[in-house]
Amino acid sequence: MQGNEACVEAAIYAGLRFYAGYPITPSTEVGEGLAARLPEEGGVFIQMEDEIASISAIIGASWTGAKSMTATSGPGFSLMQESIGYASMTETPLVIVDAMRGGPSTGLPTMPAQGDVMQARYGSHGDYPIIALAASTVQDMFDLTIRAFNLTEKYRVPVILLSDAEVGHMRGKFTVPTSIEVIDRAIRTDKVWHDGFAYDESLVPKFPVFGSGSRVHVTGLSHDVAGYPSNDPEVHEDLVRRLNGKLTKHEGDICRVDIIRPNSRRMLVTYGSPALAAHEVLRSDPETGMVNLKTIWPFPERLLRQAISGTEDVVVVEMNLGQAYREVERVACNEVCKKTRLLSKVGGEVTTPSEIVKFLGKGG
Amino acid sequence: MEFFDLFREDRWPHMFCPGCGIGTVMNCFHRAFAETGLDQDRTVFVSGIGCSSRIIGYIRADSIHTTHGRALAVATGIKLANPDLNVVVFSGDGDIGAIGGNHFINAARRNVDMSVFCINNFIYGMTGGQASTTTPHKSYSTTTPYGNKEYPFDLSELAVTAGANYVARWTVRNVKELTASMQKAMQKKGFSFVEIASPCPTSFGRRNRMADPKQMFEWLKIISVKREKSQAWGLDQLDLNLGGQITVGEFVERNRAPFGMIA
Repeated sequence: MQGNEACVEAAIYAGLRFYAGYPITPSTEVGEGLAARLPEEGGVFIQMEDEIASISAIIGASWTGAKSMTATSGPGFSLMQESIGYASMTETPLVIVDAMRGGPSTGLPTMPAQGDVMQARYGSHGDYPIIALAASTVQDMFDLTIRAFNLTEKYRVPVILLSDAEVGHMRGKFTVPTSIEVIDRAIRTDKVWHDGFAYDESLVPKFPVFGSGSRVHVTGLSHDVAGYPSNDPEVHEDLVRRLNGKLTKHEGDICRVDIIRPNSRRMLVTYGSPALAAHEVLRSDPETGMVNLKTIWPFPERLLRQAISGTEDVVVVEMNLGQAYREVERVACNEVCKKTRLLSKVGGEVTTPSEIVKFLGKGG
Repeated sequence: MEFFDLFREDRWPHMFCPGCGIGTVMNCFHRAFAETGLDQDRTVFVSGIGCSSRIIGYIRADSIHTTHGRALAVATGIKLANPDLNVVVFSGDGDIGAIGGNHFINAARRNVDMSVFCINNFIYGMTGGQASTTTPHKSYSTTTPYGNKEYPFDLSELAVTAGANYVARWTVRNVKELTASMQKAMQKKGFSFVEIASPCPTSFGRRNRMADPKQMFEWLKIISVKREKSQAWGLDQLDLNLGGQITVGEFVERNRAPFGMIA
């Protein structure tokens, strides 16, 4: 099955009820698959007039309690950014699959790249929380789609699943585990009059579903716990710090990395499709280890720091001009400044094992 | 239904300027909603950005104040994900005619079951009086200091052409007709659009020799003509303000099957 098809099946497994999207290569098979599969499962598929409408529709659907998602690629992802900030501000659970392709602009529609890493983190305005996961394989597309739904339902933070033209179109086998945890958002059923966004120590408010008598007011304006707009500096500060605090507080649950041979003299740090090449290199190079960032935002600083502690040569392998690289460099230099190098690739072809071997041979 | 059964008393007084037409719209809506007998707890109110979009924050019901122009796309998601809910949108000429124009024509085309109340005040009021897509030709605004060189959209005609099931336009002077149309819109299956020509003395009137709200009300009286009495069936019928006239009345009432209800 294709990566994009595995994503479709996983979304249905996770309880997806509503999909809105707009055709864009290389994500289109996600929408096509759900156009056929969702009605069979009693869900709703709609093709909207553009990507802005798509993310807006899933925001609306999510407030009726329906697990909602869209899929897109770089240009469409750019159009969605304003509403991603809105979803973050209003704590609307939703999943966005971004199958990355070569950019900037229309770029290389059919070829893989990893140019949206920073867009995933900082594409919208203001200080907002976001979760982004990165898939390397067809199995990841299945597992991480479910994980994306679980995280968004649990923390009411939009979750972005970063894949690319390679992972989305790659054909491969995957195993469906015998039991997979599926998390549903905590629902609030009492009448909400003055505290629609009240929260406990988890910092995550319980969700009042539209139509259940909650009478909640939702706005992208700075708002108090009632959900009412406010210009009060304290209200704004409390809100922004709490929204972002959700990630800090639950970082341990959100951040995941796959590590092979931690603390080796040399460690490759990578994510997405180049992780396959890195994995191949490790087979014939017992001196080198690797970290595959399955969670890329919030950046898994603590896990990475542990994995590269004592490492002399940190090599970041990514298909852009260096986006995760600066983050890795920051973490690597946090305690003892290590040598951090970047194997950067653009051009639309996947990084190969021999390119990594050649780069490693250059020193370090 | 008492006024404060529908509106949030704890958020009173509202933020609208003296002489604004939105208060009249809220009053008409209160009466219309009470007449429909719709369940307040099964009705969701949606809006975008602008003065008119602030109405929903005063309504005592589930309500979502979205980003600029996107109210209809959000409303589409709500209605399709839970068809048992009634969906009512309050919007303005900025949301509907400019930044969300694509969503407007496509929502009307899809004929999703919702009611859209568009308060057309011919100006961007909240940002201080810039020209909108409905600002009359030659009118003054902060961004048309030499007079508007552009011609306005006729939002109601757009809705008719795009496929809405019910379309009407009134000024805030036509309170009885407006109330009846709002009620009809909420009871009609499919996409219903009611455009309400409304005075903004603060941002529109002030720059067009109508700073006094009375002058704006007088202007609305002079330029609006009931559809059946319209002298200029041709150009003026199609083009709001182009011939210096706003045609008011019901423009279409039909029963195309709403989205998702095709057998």
